[in-house]
Amino acid sequence: MPEKRGADIVIDVLIEEGVDTVFGLPGGAIMEVYDALFDAPLRNILARHEQAAAHMADGYARATGKVGVVLATSGPGATNLVTGLATAHMDSVPVVAITGQVPRNYIGTDAFQEADVVGITRPITKHNFLVTDIKDLALILREAFYLAKTGRPGPVLVDIPKDITQQVYNYKMPTIKDVEDALPGYKPHYEGNPVQIKRAAELIRKAKRPVLYVGGGVIIGNASEELRELAELTRIPVATTNMGKGAFDENHPLALHMLGMHGTYYANMAVYNCDLLIAVGARFDDRVTGKIDEFAPEAKIIHIDIDPASISKNIHVDIPIVGDVKNVLQKLLRELKKKPVEWVKARESWLKQIEKWREKHPLTYQQSDKIIKPQYVIEEIYKITKGEAIISAGVGQHQMWAAMFYKYKFPRQFLNSGGLGTMGYGFPAAVGAKLGKPDKTVFAIEGDGSFVMNMQDVITAVQYRVPVKIAIINNEFLGMVRQWQQLFYDSRYSSVCLAVHPDFVKLAEAMGAVGLRATKPKEVRQVLQKAMEINDRPVIMDFVVDREENVLPMVPAGKSYREMIVSPKQKGEAETMYLVG
Amino acid sequence: MTEDIKAIKVRPLPKTETRKHVIIVRVMHNFGVLTRITSLFAGRGYNIESLTVGKTHEPNVARITIVVEGNERVVEQIIKQLRKLIETLRVRDITDIPHIERELVLIKVHAGEDKARDEIMRLVNIFRAKVVDVSTDTYTIEITGDSEKIDAFINLLRPFGLKDIARTGVLALTRESAKEGLQEHKLE
Ligand SMILES: Cc1ncc(C[n+]2csc(CCOP(=O)(O)OP(=O)(O)O)c2C)c(N)n1
Ligand SMILES: [Mg+2]
Repeated sequence: MPEKRGADIVIDVLIEEGVDTVFGLPGGAIMEVYDALFDAPLRNILARHEQAAAHMADGYARATGKVGVVLATSGPGATNLVTGLATAHMDSVPVVAITGQVPRNYIGTDAFQEADVVGITRPITKHNFLVTDIKDLALILREAFYLAKTGRPGPVLVDIPKDITQQVYNYKMPTIKDVEDALPGYKPHYEGNPVQIKRAAELIRKAKRPVLYVGGGVIIGNASEELRELAELTRIPVATTNMGKGAFDENHPLALHMLGMHGTYYANMAVYNCDLLIAVGARFDDRVTGKIDEFAPEAKIIHIDIDPASISKNIHVDIPIVGDVKNVLQKLLRELKKKPVEWVKARESWLKQIEKWREKHPLTYQQSDKIIKPQYVIEEIYKITKGEAIISAGVGQHQMWAAMFYKYKFPRQFLNSGGLGTMGYGFPAAVGAKLGKPDKTVFAIEGDGSFVMNMQDVITAVQYRVPVKIAIINNEFLGMVRQWQQLFYDSRYSSVCLAVHPDFVKLAEAMGAVGLRATKPKEVRQVLQKAMEINDRPVIMDFVVDREENVLPMVPAGKSYREMIVSPKQKGEAETMYLVG
Repeated sequence: MTEDIKAIKVRPLPKTETRKHVIIVRVMHNFGVLTRITSLFAGRGYNIESLTVGKTHEPNVARITIVVEGNERVVEQIIKQLRKLIETLRVRDITDIPHIERELVLIKVHAGEDKARDEIMRLVNIFRAKVVDVSTDTYTIEITGDSEKIDAFINLLRPFGLKDIARTGVLALTRESAKEGLQEHKLE
């Protein structure tokens, strides 16, 4: 057995776990680990802010499906991770955070840079550990990876006191069996209950107006193929959540696109009027359901999810199926194929009705030849990347336009903070995604408010020559808040005007990136073309857009789908409330 | 709604009435596990009536008895959230299965005059409690029993003037003699 420093044990476990990249920033309590990293066969990305490092690890994980790893020092280093961990937690992203802690004999003394990191991160991680004995170090780290990626994934934090990283110990690499033995109470349910699957099949056969409601669980569970097969076999249209984008090809005739607050008219109408709702890897978030009592009011609900606690949490579910979505969908398909129905016939009138809704209110906007419409920028990004790019977004209007006007076709293609809604997520996550998927074009579609929350890390992207394309949808507003103020606060624009911005082109140049700007619609394509040619550093594109464009359709928060606002009247006038159903 | 669909057996709606539930949780006796449980309750706004922890006959396993008030849906969520904790080994709602509940309480009560002292002793005998400490003007009484008995006893002592009360919170074990009735709280 090799005699090793705690810090070297950390590196050994990272390598054993197949890690190739780590993100982070050093400091006193984690110096020993950074010392061990110095000549370790790992790509070590030095971020400029720990929050950005955490989002990079998250973007890397979402884009690749592998565990993202972030390192930080004790105290402020660790507390800077908090937003990143909470973001990953809400969206079930496998991330392992390793933080340095003050030496054991200082813990509890309010030592320099001491913080109760395990206490602080307890509710925003899937699990966390404070290592108190070097004997447990390797096992705990392996448990962390195991927990992060199995069951419903999530972030796991391991806090290691500095003296343990310095201590020398004769260790043996724990096996997966050792890890499982150390976690006797942790047994994710992978197999769905066969009786429930039978009942679900029966409901699917009999339903006249079914809809699939698909969330991020289908992407995490690698079940896109099974989903497509199910939809095509049974002719059931598919609405996805923001997190579910890419689980089902949005160019598919059965795609209803997004449902919920900024869902399409046809998706929301279909959900409102369906008699069977099949929720797969989704969690009935309030941004999806609106007023819960009026969500799919006539429907029986089947809910497939790996997390038992997601089921019947927000809404009563008629057929709950706890299990791995891929596994359950495979069994459901087998069950359905036993007694095939002439699905085409069974669904014809329902699909026709949906087509009518689709024609009545397609997803659209008013184009202009004088001023750049934000939606137009997204459409152009879609065209120039041929729908093949990975898109990462900040939070706000631009995020919703990025969700609506780019048509996603493969899993792990759209990255955004759906659950926590973290401004500042988009760009650093794009850096992580590009490092994980170097062959893909990666765009960060950013708001002018969101981008500046982590723009310091453009420096990191320059240093490591990460050619991400940053498209700022610059409306000089905290646009989404402005939209709510316009609609629900009588246009009292309180603290939403971003009157002062840096010159983003010069800023880009100052940081060693390329800066480009478009102020007229005809410049949009030229700017994008130039950006596509740059492959050795990041590009910042400043798209100066129509300032008061709104994201529509919209179901106001807490309202029923019946109160969906579908289209603006004329500019300046208040939007019409449009009652459906 | 199509008639065909209605015919298929689905999960019934949860009962909405609120009542007291006794939940037994077995957890790995790790550093910080109790905080995980209490902060879960605090973070999700569940109200704990009582919570007791103790070691068990198995090494590194602790047993927690939680009494909580809620309707079926809330309690189901609580149980699922408890199960979700990595260090949880087993969670059972034993409210509806035969079980024994006990609580131990120490009560310090004013007992200055002879009349009061006699009267308190009478109550102590009736309730099979025990006086464990005596001073010139107080009695300290130990009593065990289920919560109802204890509440009744405390209410009877109240007029004498209570000085202090220490309660352990509820402990519970299922009755082996009624094992056939024992049923796990169903997940699905
Ligand atoms: C860290 C954080 N702070 C505040 C908010 C609240 N918020 C949601 S959207 C938004 C405006 C975002 O502005 P911008 O990035 O410019 O996007 P736009 O809506 O203008 O496209 C704000 C402030 C948030 N989601 N995250
Ligand atoms: Mg903006």
